[in-house]
Amino acid sequence: MATYLEFIQQNEERDGVRFSWNVWPSSRLEATRMVVPLACLLTPLKERPDLPPVQYEPVLCSRPTCKAILNPLCQVDYRAKLWACNFCFQRNQFPPAYAGISEVNQPAELMPQFSTIEYVIQRGAPSPLIFLYVVDTCLEDDDLQALKESLQMSLSLLPPDALVGLITFGRMVQVHELSCEGISKSYVFRGTKDLTAKQIQDMLGLTKPAMPMQPVRPAQPQERPSVSTRFLQPIHKIDMNLTDLLGELQRDPWPVPQGKRPLRSTGVALSIAVGLLEGTFPNTGARIMLFTGGPPTQGPGMVVGDELKVPIRSWHDIEKDNARFMKKATKHYEMLANRTAANGHCIDIYACALDQTGLLEMKCCPNLTGGYMVMGDSFNTSLFKQTFQRIFSKDFNGNFRMAFGATLEVKTSRELKVAGAIGPCVSLNVKGPCVSENELGVGGTSQWKICGLDPTTTLGIYFEVVNQVAQPPIPQGGRGAIQFVTHYQHSSTQRRIRVTTVARNWADVQSQLKHIEAAFDQEAAAVLMARLGVFRAESEEGPDVLRWLDRQLIRLCQKFGQYNKEDPMSFRLSDSFSLYPQFMFHLRRSPFLQVFNNSPDESSYYRHHFARQDLTQSLIMIQPILYSYSFHGPPEPVLLDSSSILADRILLMDTFFQIVIYLGETIAQWRKAGYQDMPEYENFKHLLQAPLDDAQEILQARFPMPRYIHTEHGGSQARFLLSKVNPSQTHNNLYAWGQETGAPILTDDVSLQVFMDHLKKLAVSKIMCSC
Amino acid sequence: MNVNQSAPPVPPFGQPQPVYAGYHQSSYGGQPGSTAAPTPYGAYNGPVPGYQQTPPPGVSRAPASSGAPPASTAQGPCGQTAYGQFGQGDVQNGPSSGVQMQRLPGSQPFASAPLAPVVSQPAVLQPYGPPPTSAQVTAQLAGMQISGAVAPAPPASGLGYGPPTSLASASGSFPNSGLYGSYPQGQAPPLGQGHPGAQPPQRSVPPQASSFTSPASGGPRMPSMTGPLLPGQSFGGPPVSQPNHVSSPPPQALPPGTQMTGPPGPPPPMHSSQQPGYQLQQNGSFGPARGPQSNYGSPYPGAATFGSQPGPPQPLPPKRLDPDAIPSPIQVIEDDRNNRGSEPFVTGVRGQVPPLVTTNFLVKDQGNASPRYIRCTSYNIPCTSDMAKQAQVPLAAVIKPLARLPPEEASPYVVDHGESGPLRCNRCKAYMCPFMQFVEGGRRFQCCFCSCINDVPPQYFQHLDHTGKRVDAYDRPELSLGSYEFLATVDYCKNNKFPIPPAFIFMIDVSYNAVRSGLVRLLCEELKSLLDFLPREGGAEESAIRVGFVTYNKVLHFYNVKSSLAQPQMMVVSDVGDMFVPLLDGFLVNVSESRAVITSLLDQIPEMFADTRETETVFAPVIQAGMEALKAAECAGKLFLFHTSLPIAEAPGKLKNRDDRKLINTDKEKTLFQPQSGAYQTLAKECVAQGCCVDLFLFPNQYVDVATLSVVPQLTGGSVYKYACFQVENDQERFLSDLRRDVQKVVGFDAVMRVRTSTGIRAVDFFGAFYMSNTTDVELAGLDGDKTVTVEFKHDDRLNEENGALLQCALLYTSCAGQRRLRIHNLALNCCTQLADLYRNCETDTLINYMAKFAYRGVLSSPVKTVRDTLITQCAQILACYRKNCASPSSAGQLILPECMKLLPVYLNCVLKSEVLQPGAEVTTDDRAYVRQLVTSMDVAETNVFFYPRLLPLTKSPIENTTEPPAVRASEERLSNGDIYLLENGLNLFLWVGASVQQGVVQSVFGVSSFSQITSGLSVLPVLDNLLSKKVRGLIDGLRAQRSRYMKLIVVKQEDKLEMLFKHFLVEDKSLSGGASYVDFLCHMHKEIRQLLS
Repeated sequence: MATYLEFIQQNEERDGVRFSWNVWPSSRLEATRMVVPLACLLTPLKERPDLPPVQYEPVLCSRPTCKAILNPLCQVDYRAKLWACNFCFQRNQFPPAYAGISEVNQPAELMPQFSTIEYVIQRGAPSPLIFLYVVDTCLEDDDLQALKESLQMSLSLLPPDALVGLITFGRMVQVHELSCEGISKSYVFRGTKDLTAKQIQDMLGLTKPAMPMQPVRPAQPQERPSVSTRFLQPIHKIDMNLTDLLGELQRDPWPVPQGKRPLRSTGVALSIAVGLLEGTFPNTGARIMLFTGGPPTQGPGMVVGDELKVPIRSWHDIEKDNARFMKKATKHYEMLANRTAANGHCIDIYACALDQTGLLEMKCCPNLTGGYMVMGDSFNTSLFKQTFQRIFSKDFNGNFRMAFGATLEVKTSRELKVAGAIGPCVSLNVKGPCVSENELGVGGTSQWKICGLDPTTTLGIYFEVVNQVAQPPIPQGGRGAIQFVTHYQHSSTQRRIRVTTVARNWADVQSQLKHIEAAFDQEAAAVLMARLGVFRAESEEGPDVLRWLDRQLIRLCQKFGQYNKEDPMSFRLSDSFSLYPQFMFHLRRSPFLQVFNNSPDESSYYRHHFARQDLTQSLIMIQPILYSYSFHGPPEPVLLDSSSILADRILLMDTFFQIVIYLGETIAQWRKAGYQDMPEYENFKHLLQAPLDDAQEILQARFPMPRYIHTEHGGSQARFLLSKVNPSQTHNNLYAWGQETGAPILTDDVSLQVFMDHLKKLAVSKIMCSC
Repeated sequence: MNVNQSAPPVPPFGQPQPVYAGYHQSSYGGQPGSTAAPTPYGAYNGPVPGYQQTPPPGVSRAPASSGAPPASTAQGPCGQTAYGQFGQGDVQNGPSSGVQMQRLPGSQPFASAPLAPVVSQPAVLQPYGPPPTSAQVTAQLAGMQISGAVAPAPPASGLGYGPPTSLASASGSFPNSGLYGSYPQGQAPPLGQGHPGAQPPQRSVPPQASSFTSPASGGPRMPSMTGPLLPGQSFGGPPVSQPNHVSSPPPQALPPGTQMTGPPGPPPPMHSSQQPGYQLQQNGSFGPARGPQSNYGSPYPGAATFGSQPGPPQPLPPKRLDPDAIPSPIQVIEDDRNNRGSEPFVTGVRGQVPPLVTTNFLVKDQGNASPRYIRCTSYNIPCTSDMAKQAQVPLAAVIKPLARLPPEEASPYVVDHGESGPLRCNRCKAYMCPFMQFVEGGRRFQCCFCSCINDVPPQYFQHLDHTGKRVDAYDRPELSLGSYEFLATVDYCKNNKFPIPPAFIFMIDVSYNAVRSGLVRLLCEELKSLLDFLPREGGAEESAIRVGFVTYNKVLHFYNVKSSLAQPQMMVVSDVGDMFVPLLDGFLVNVSESRAVITSLLDQIPEMFADTRETETVFAPVIQAGMEALKAAECAGKLFLFHTSLPIAEAPGKLKNRDDRKLINTDKEKTLFQPQSGAYQTLAKECVAQGCCVDLFLFPNQYVDVATLSVVPQLTGGSVYKYACFQVENDQERFLSDLRRDVQKVVGFDAVMRVRTSTGIRAVDFFGAFYMSNTTDVELAGLDGDKTVTVEFKHDDRLNEENGALLQCALLYTSCAGQRRLRIHNLALNCCTQLADLYRNCETDTLINYMAKFAYRGVLSSPVKTVRDTLITQCAQILACYRKNCASPSSAGQLILPECMKLLPVYLNCVLKSEVLQPGAEVTTDDRAYVRQLVTSMDVAETNVFFYPRLLPLTKSPIENTTEPPAVRASEERLSNGDIYLLENGLNLFLWVGASVQQGVVQSVFGVSSFSQITSGLSVLPVLDNLLSKKVRGLIDGLRAQRSRYMKLIVVKQEDKLEMLFKHFLVEDKSLSGGASYVDFLCHMHKEIRQLLS
């Protein structure tokens, strides 16, 4: 087992890939019977400090339908200077530059340790990074002030040649021209009018006027840049200017009558931002950063009317089909998101408000373009400030941890096809021989566009084994290969290609089930299944998704459990599956699938992040981590269970979105009594401090910054903890379990124990659900 | 003769109220001192007073008259002395005597008939004595004429009496002038001295109205005419005179004396002139005076022929009249000035005809609105619609509710009735005014308009005195004055909220043309200082008006100039298809608070657009934006638009170039005046609803479609200014001056005007710059002191003589400090059952104002030719009716004009010749549209000078004399090539330099040594330190000060190509575009009248 764990870990570190199965069933039928699909989590830009990019271009397979890239799996005939594509078996000549190639003189891409390699493409002029701020001005004064400061701060973090632009909106939308001296100039748009991209570009003067004089004079090379850069200027030129401009930003001056919401034209503002970039820098990395403090209340994309007495839609309203603006607004933002994606730009949303801001409707903007979604209570919180700052963090080379305009291409060997991908991407609709007819996630293509990504951005990619049982029998020890080719714009403005080629052994299920079982990566599988579930939840009713998950789980247990029929007590799962049901239990209770107690915006927010984080983070999201601090020893991870809540412990829970520090009853009393201030109880002081330090560490590293909650026994915020732990003790069974330990949870939810009991019962029973 | 009769029919006026009475009395009785002026008139006044004399104290009675004549006669001979004696005012005598004299002779030659009437007239007149009915006057005038130029002359020269060396004068009218001091025309002199003898006889001729006999008609006379004429001249002054009409010329020409003595020259012309069949009988007032000197004879050789053609009734339209014999506007103006300029016009009496607009006079409000506020075409309205129809005299009032007053006159008192608001009639809603009758001891009042009896609210109650007047009548402006203001209560405000002070928005075209011409820079520079002079109310420290700025080309740029900003912010709105205002706070600001930011903005605007390449502009969206801005600010206001080109950019209100000269004189010509699209009307409607007035400054280099662009200004009570081919160097002063005046002038906003009338007549039609959403309320987004509304009335019932007819014009408006007020003007008119009364109380200037506006509106819907014909026909009908009903019988060949309307033909001709109705080749479509809309809101004084320009000789009078020299008639032949003339019509100002002007003069005025060195087209005179230069420049400045728009000076040299332009304004001449000369037109008119009569 250890070997597989190591293997998995190794692979992950080298290639950023984790497969649900690390030995692949060799036939289609067998594959489907495995319940958990063959899939992987791919982190395309996983940070590899040890991998310097090579400064030349990759060698492609010459078959037009293949174009796979030369990799260590290819067979090479050094003498003939030929190589065989391991995907299509085409024999290719090495290009002239490889004339000196030999067994001892191999190019990097042929070395096994370079299964992942990055090429820098020298062609084409580097284009600068572009940041377009879209700022809501319908904010409270201190909120606006805080936002302004954050924005001003961000200017100092940008590379000097990055282009920045500013759009502000409230009742109107203003596009600020940044080049003018002495007067600040902006173009203003009505916030209620849906404009086409063409109209927007005309109004901004971006379209080149049909100059009748053109023939007379030779084309003016100056013209084009001057036009487009009026709104987007290199930061080093207009640093002061923009700082002042931001400093002078006023609250939206239009009066807001009593009982009304401010009129906020988010929809139009975004539309203009998209149109502006579309007209000026198509297919260049650009980031539209939307800062909003409330829901869009007018124009296309409005989410709620301006009457305060009509609250913004809730899940209840949505279920009752009572959210009158939702569909239209969603459509508007989807249209924008698709356009943005087509142009290779991404949209971030930073929404800070106590109420909902319409993330449900706008979610597709970041989701489809690889932008960030950040939700907070106010711009004047460290949550926002630090999260925002973290966006501009740099890697070990001093480059931003962000990349733009990526396309991910997946090539598979013949036995496999690509069924789809789930992550912050859109389909490029590229059909090919390796595209499956069955879709899982965003399918029907072998290429996806990821407009914005960072080193942690992770996609779930699903495959289908297409080998029919006996057709071309797979040779013993044969391997299936998959190549991931990611073209992207590096934050240093270079274009790069990262190629990852992986291979796994085929195994016959009949004979080698044990191998396959042992090569099961239950963590990856849980996340991949969760992604599928969450993806379904976006379009299906919640209960249906839960039922589907349950069925999958039961089938998996039936397939891989060891049991005697109709004897639940005999049910056992091997080590490689042992944690899986527990993941599923927590997933069922997670906010990704449960909407109870969450607003539609929160759901969207959680799902957004779930669909882009890497495996570790995703697992935390599914099953939060709980640490316990006590005088009895060093901090230890404990079960996420109510029995872990003890009076003399301090608990630290990390749910990814929240960091909760919970002081047990006794600890809380001690603290109240002030023992920590007494020199003789310094150890208590240290105990109190320990979780804080650990929390700080997590807070520092994570994006987006989690909500930090410090609470104690009986505190109102303790609910964050209580809602997550497995309710092994509830008011129902309190006495049955005796008073021994833990804290009862007031809930009717089933506990893990009950869940497992049911699972066992169902797994061993003959009653099979159909699908 | 036929002539005089008009007077007789006059019913006995209980009071002589009509103008004449008023002023006679005052002038003579009241203010002897003032007589100075009158004296000169001897000409007219003469006669009048003649009758009056006796009753100088004011009672004008028959007896007096009878007595008078003799007296006058006596005087006649020793005219001068006589004047001298009278010193004070009774100048009249002279002339009066003349009158009598004339008649006698006159009668003799012709049928006896004339005599009789004449005689009778005086009698009749006398009773009215005071009201020198038109008849009388005319009679006198006629007399004058006849008597010769003599009589009339003197009037003009009033001053000149002392040294009336007739001879000198006679010979060369102009030269004489020198002698006379200010009065160049030599006529005066002749009078004095010599002719005594001769004159009297002539005078006899003058029947009231000016009548022209056509030679033809005069069949019988003809012979006599011809015959006598010749001899006449030589001596026979008197005999000649007989044919009243006919004869007149000879006398004029040469005061007998003069003739004799000297100027042989004149006589010949005279002949010619006389013969022309049509001679004006008009009493001497006009023609005679000037006529003689100038060469009339020679120019019109044709005249002679007429004379000769006696036989056929109207053989050929007899062409040539003696231009001096036909009514002269100059003379009429001059006479009125002298007669009435000295006395304040007291408005207490119903139906008084005020002095002419060209006369400077003070007004004392004693219950009727000053003529500065309201002028009527007639101050005596026919009682029935039948009568009105018969006379065809339009009944109209020209109302200028916010007219500016001279400093000597107080602006209307503001009355505050507190919470309850102004007191009004319950039924017709008329406002309390001096004509309301209090009854039942003051507990009720009867509405003077609808006769409804209303309760007097307790807080307003007051006892009545024994005459039924309220005891506090004189304490309350609304009970004693013709014009006053009420403070409006909240009920009179939009949305029942007191208004917020208005705002001015400056909207500046910054397209390529505007920038290149220097306009933008100039304007921005000017605005910096101009903003300190926004109109303020009363003694307010600073103006309450807020300002905002917009620039635009194809898109609009709004500016945030909030005081707290370090620098202005520009906001570009490109969505011109769906205009909106991008900001609220900081757009409209208080000037003093935001001065620094505004200054910074105005400094930067020219820089920002210095390199613009944008040539396209939008227009409607700009107005829309301004209007929306005001709407957002919930206030009324005014937009100042500075625009250069046809708005061809893609946007609402986009226009295309549709200028097509081929349409002229076709049925489609009217489309040139119509707006291209209805969009602008709709926009204007919205503007009016918001109280958004639009002033448009145009700087076109080519066609901009003024007809369409001016729709909004026109309907919102705004002004349009046009500076074709604007160049900073040349047009800067004119533009800046207009701009300053326009920005500074006091404006009322968001106004509604309603004219209420006595039962019996009703306001039916309105002309001017405003919008009407129903048939009664004139809605004006803005109204300034220059804007005039002409209102036409029609009968819908009978009026009665006793009650007269009342007009009440109520204007509800927001002052520039944001106060809501009601301005009320009341005017009482007389009613008559006799047509003659109507004709005797008409005001030709007002009539022309109405007719011009009517015609100018007509061109929108009918072919221009139709409009012209309509005008001519109406005019002919008016005159024919007079002839038929009021004038004493006379031969058909005689043209008889009512005294009050004797200038109608000449003025009407000017209207017909104006560029709108008869465009010359050089007049652009835009010019026509521009003038058309301009005239629409002109007041009477403006139309008067616009249609009949003033032509002032500059070197005739002594240099020391810096007052305005008397004008001369607008005809080329009045120009002497040794002189310099100023010509102005309210829009244009020319300095015409004769080819043989003395070098000294050239040197002192132009600073160059010879005529040939004068730059033609020069627009600024050099500032030279000599009397003449100062005088000329002073005069120019004086003229400019009188007009609401700055007139750019153009120096025109005789025989230069620019002279063509200048000649266009010599309206008595035949115009290049085919307009008839005055003389020709008069003939034509006469023909028309005769056709109507037959």
